[in-house]
Amino acid sequence: MSNQKDIVEPSYLEYKGKYKGIFSWILSTDHKRIALLYLFSILSFFVIGATLGLLMKFELIAPGKTIMDAQTYNAFFTLHGIVMIFAVVIPGLPAVFGNFLLPIMIGAKDVAFPKLNLFSWYLYVAGVSLVIVSQFAGDGPPDTGWTFYAPYSFRTAGTMLPAVFGAFVLGFSSILTGLNFLVTMHRMRAPGMTWLKMPLFPWTLYATGWVQLLATPVIGITLLMIVAERTLHIGFFDPSLGGDPLLYQHLFWTYSHPAVYIMILPAMGAISEIITTFSHKTIFGYKFMVASVLAIAFVGYFVWGHHMFTSGMSGTALYTFSLLTFLVAVPSSIKVFNWISTMHQGSIDLQTPFYWAMAFIFVFMIGGFSGLVLGSLAANVHLHNTHYVVAHFHFIVFGGTGFAFFGAMHYWYPKITGKMYDTKWANIGLVLFFVGFITLYGPMFYLGFKGMPRRYFDYDEVFHAGNIISTMGSWILYSGLAIIIINLFASLKGGAKAPADPWGGKTLEWTIPSPPPVENFDEIPLITKGPYDYK
Amino acid sequence: MENEKNHIIPYRNFLLVLTGLICLTLISVSVTQISLGTLTVAIALLIAVIKSSLVLRVFMHLKFENKIFSFAVIAVFLIISLVIFITLLDYLYR
Repeated sequence: MSNQKDIVEPSYLEYKGKYKGIFSWILSTDHKRIALLYLFSILSFFVIGATLGLLMKFELIAPGKTIMDAQTYNAFFTLHGIVMIFAVVIPGLPAVFGNFLLPIMIGAKDVAFPKLNLFSWYLYVAGVSLVIVSQFAGDGPPDTGWTFYAPYSFRTAGTMLPAVFGAFVLGFSSILTGLNFLVTMHRMRAPGMTWLKMPLFPWTLYATGWVQLLATPVIGITLLMIVAERTLHIGFFDPSLGGDPLLYQHLFWTYSHPAVYIMILPAMGAISEIITTFSHKTIFGYKFMVASVLAIAFVGYFVWGHHMFTSGMSGTALYTFSLLTFLVAVPSSIKVFNWISTMHQGSIDLQTPFYWAMAFIFVFMIGGFSGLVLGSLAANVHLHNTHYVVAHFHFIVFGGTGFAFFGAMHYWYPKITGKMYDTKWANIGLVLFFVGFITLYGPMFYLGFKGMPRRYFDYDEVFHAGNIISTMGSWILYSGLAIIIINLFASLKGGAKAPADPWGGKTLEWTIPSPPPVENFDEIPLITKGPYDYK
Repeated sequence: MENEKNHIIPYRNFLLVLTGLICLTLISVSVTQISLGTLTVAIALLIAVIKSSLVLRVFMHLKFENKIFSFAVIAVFLIISLVIFITLLDYLYR
């Protein structure tokens, strides 16, 4: 790889192009600036979603009404779910770090379709705006939960159509981003970068791109079917119109389960990059890592029915989905074993991103194992729709994606901003975040086992102690989150200047200055070695 | 490269394909009037496959493109077929 650390070109942060001020950002087609547009949008929505979650937990600190009534609680968990799933975790890693790093990591100057990339961000903002409008327009906020389950979703008095249409528009943003990344990786890899010389983060974006492209249209069509059912009374899902509510669940989860992999695969990619860099050792079993990414994406496409074990599917379908669910655990565990093997006999550098990666593995393992419990047909009957499920998916979705997102943020922050952050405060924030996370979601496993249902603003006295601990966990987690975000923003001004390669990374982004120049590379590099050449 | 060539297709071919698509649409509507049980879905899907193949091959020039694109389309088609097959494991055995 050619070393381009000495290039003196304006960085993408200094170069304004033909527009000034805010327009140099919102009209820029530079993949790095678009990544930051996504970053600030996603962080804003994340803080909104987290605040909703904090208030919901406060409501649950005691039985009965504490700070909100049942209807408000229903609206809160619906908005919390829609914002967190569609506006934060699905676009999170691909749209922010994928946009910023994919072209650089494969030795390209930009994505294949820069204008389409900017358009995707506009679609994203439009989609989220529609969802937020639905909270204040019409006959009251939606109260169906983020899954919009039929037939309730077209009988509720809440303003469903803007929320549903918002999710539809967000889906288009996701499809276009996936398409852009796929074409970029097929057509714009640097000379010599064969598929098996591509780093693992781009590989996970590749698998994610296919899932985005193939699965997202299903939810688009499904949401349009809801619109047709509500406005034209065509009987797709409503039994009174001759429809089948289970068809909605099939269609919804055909997208929404693969969407979990849109969230988790890039997270796994970022963790792979962090572990190999801070172990100063070539990733263990690179080809198996690539194969397991593709296997997770492929098998993950066929396991949606495990969300519907108690919905009344046929026995044949139940056994099939249970079997497939257990199968998807195999490639996931290959990844965990390979991460551990990478660290074995490595020269580990204990830095903040590495701590985040360790925390990720810990919570992801708990999330994964609790998923196997839910994948078992008999156990699922007991646990379905209890707090156990809430704990499981927060360990996977928030634990997986959230820890990887902040790990990636601390890993690539020097590259993105050109500044180093305060390590002490970063570590304090991480410890609080981790302790808060376990305290918040850990008791939910117990509460679920004991039978506390999800989506209720009230509960029996027997669940009180677990809920007090859980609510206190939410305060600790929120404090950690505040410290992390304040520290990163404060370091933008006060942080020391970051060198090109502060961690000793080997992938292409560490060969260019921090922050990167506008066109990334003065000369497209010629790739002659694998991505993790630590020999 | 071969796949970058322009292919001039006579209007007659386009008209023939269009007529074929309209006829197949009429057949798929008419077939719903006959009670065929579970075969109704199979026939509707079969007609949809023929129609989309015609559009892909002629209007979208797949027949003139590199084989890798045909492979990609067939792979996607198989994945969707598998999704439908698994869904039918619920509907046919419920």
